[in-house]
Amino acid sequence: MEISLAHYLALAAVLFGIGLFGVLTRRNAVGILMSIELMFNAVNINLVAFNRFVTPADFTGQIFSIFVIVVAAAEATVGLAIVLLIYRNFRDIFVDNINLMKW
Amino acid sequence: MNSTIIPYLFYLFSFMIVVSGLLVVTLRNIFHCALFLIICLFSVAGVYVLLGADFIAAVQVLLYVGAIAVLMIFAIMLTAKVSGIGIKQQNEQVPIAIITTVAFVAIALYGLGKTIWNIKTDAVISGDTTMAIGKLLMTTYVVPFEIVSVVLLAALIGAIVIARRN
Repeated sequence: MEISLAHYLALAAVLFGIGLFGVLTRRNAVGILMSIELMFNAVNINLVAFNRFVTPADFTGQIFSIFVIVVAAAEATVGLAIVLLIYRNFRDIFVDNINLMKW
Repeated sequence: MNSTIIPYLFYLFSFMIVVSGLLVVTLRNIFHCALFLIICLFSVAGVYVLLGADFIAAVQVLLYVGAIAVLMIFAIMLTAKVSGIGIKQQNEQVPIAIITTVAFVAIALYGLGKTIWNIKTDAVISGDTTMAIGKLLMTTYVVPFEIVSVVLLAALIGAIVIARRN
């Protein structure tokens, strides 16, 4: 029994689907950000798995997954700052109640 | 690592990732969601170890489990009274979201089952990857490295400016 590339890609696809479901259904803005983190992790599993199986001689996939992690950290920081600001102004972080700019 | 144990570890980590990921997106208490997110991120670090990416696994534990999860818990604590048990945490899009997600995963699995990957197993590098990644970041990928550090600095200053009380 050997774990092949397809196993890792299937795991990443399922994890991405879970994150997608969370983004589509969560009302809490922090919950949406957590679901986005799940999707980032699915992409990173794909990058590292392709690095391991398709280009094992260089580290391109691992380096790009480092960049994805850094951008995810920046996104979480700014996103949570925006969530805190919204909470301070509206006393609410449920995204279906924050419809000030919705026509 | 003993190669006979890798499939068992892979299925263990996959099970933990899928179950804790499902709990992250479905539980009503958002604080419990954050705790299961930590378990999920730890399991992803385990998958990186199985793939031979030890540096990425360490970065995952340091950055995701150490920083981002704590940041999430901080945000949950600071936005109080919206994480109670009785409050509805999901909107009315659940059935349509289930259809969309299942369709996406089915298409992705069908596609990756059909594709023939160009797999090379001859030159698998085992052991320490940190030095090679560090060298590549300072030579071939030095421009993206500098750009991403500027992005991080901009996000840091931006978060302080946004969240500052005035």
